[in-house]
Amino acid sequence: MKQFDPLTRKKDNQPVRYLVVDDSVFARKSLAKMIESFGGQVVGEAGDGCTAITEYARTKPDIVLMDITMPQMEGIEAVERIVQEHPEARIVMVSSVGYQDNILAALQKGARHFVQKPVKPEALYEIIRYVLNDDGVTAPVGAGGEKAR
Amino acid sequence: MRMELIQPFIGSLDAVLAEMMKEPAKIVDLAMEEEGYRRKGLAASVTFKGQIEGRVILDMDPQAAVRVAGYLSGAEVDPAEPIVPEVVCELANMVIGNAVTQLNDRGFEFKVLPPEVLTEAQCEAAGQDSEATILCFETASGCVNLNIVMHYHSRRTRERTPVSVS
Repeated sequence: MKQFDPLTRKKDNQPVRYLVVDDSVFARKSLAKMIESFGGQVVGEAGDGCTAITEYARTKPDIVLMDITMPQMEGIEAVERIVQEHPEARIVMVSSVGYQDNILAALQKGARHFVQKPVKPEALYEIIRYVLNDDGVTAPVGAGGEKAR
Repeated sequence: MRMELIQPFIGSLDAVLAEMMKEPAKIVDLAMEEEGYRRKGLAASVTFKGQIEGRVILDMDPQAAVRVAGYLSGAEVDPAEPIVPEVVCELANMVIGNAVTQLNDRGFEFKVLPPEVLTEAQCEAAGQDSEATILCFETASGCVNLNIVMHYHSRRTRERTPVSVS
């Protein structure tokens, strides 16, 4: 997989910490590989919305990648509950179902962005950069030690 | 079944396989089937409810599923590994999710349920009640079949509503 300029947290230059929420183990593994190529660290995983809420509270990640269609509790409800408790949460929806209504509902509940499956690593990288930069976190060091973009 | 409902599934399978496996899928057969669904390989089903209701089964040759799993996980995969049915499930989720998104853009509203791996017993039950459209695709890794059962919910409801005659 293509390697990207590492995305790090502006405040301490540490890897960006991710919580990956998807009922498919394969989808979680696939996203974890992309995160690794972005220089990030997966600090938690969840297979449904309920577990996502407890994992968020436990791990306090910088970014949540959240599926929509899941058993027990769907992603949009989980977003609402997480953002109610943690308004600073940065959640990116990752779903194969890209209805306008779903996207709007997720954004209204507090999600920061949406990306449709199958996920292109380049697209996800740019979205994460956008979402992180929006909250003062950036990608300071490129592979060659230069300032990245 | 109307072609406008089928077309998104053809385009979606082609697009998803092109992105996930970097290889095109060629449609080689389209057929209607009234008998019960018979699993050909590894299968996963996605159900949707709303203005259009139904289910779509994605069914892959086992060797194709193993090849896809190996390609996507970046390592050789044993056919018995749980990742293989997981991959079929996720491919079904992506193909069907993308197709129903296109249908939604055309004004149809529905809700998609999470994908499920189909067991032999579930396969027997899956095709007992309706006529299915079968789409067969050929890829470099093997065959992929989509078994689609869909009906308009609103029309069915209208047909069952009693009409008063004066």
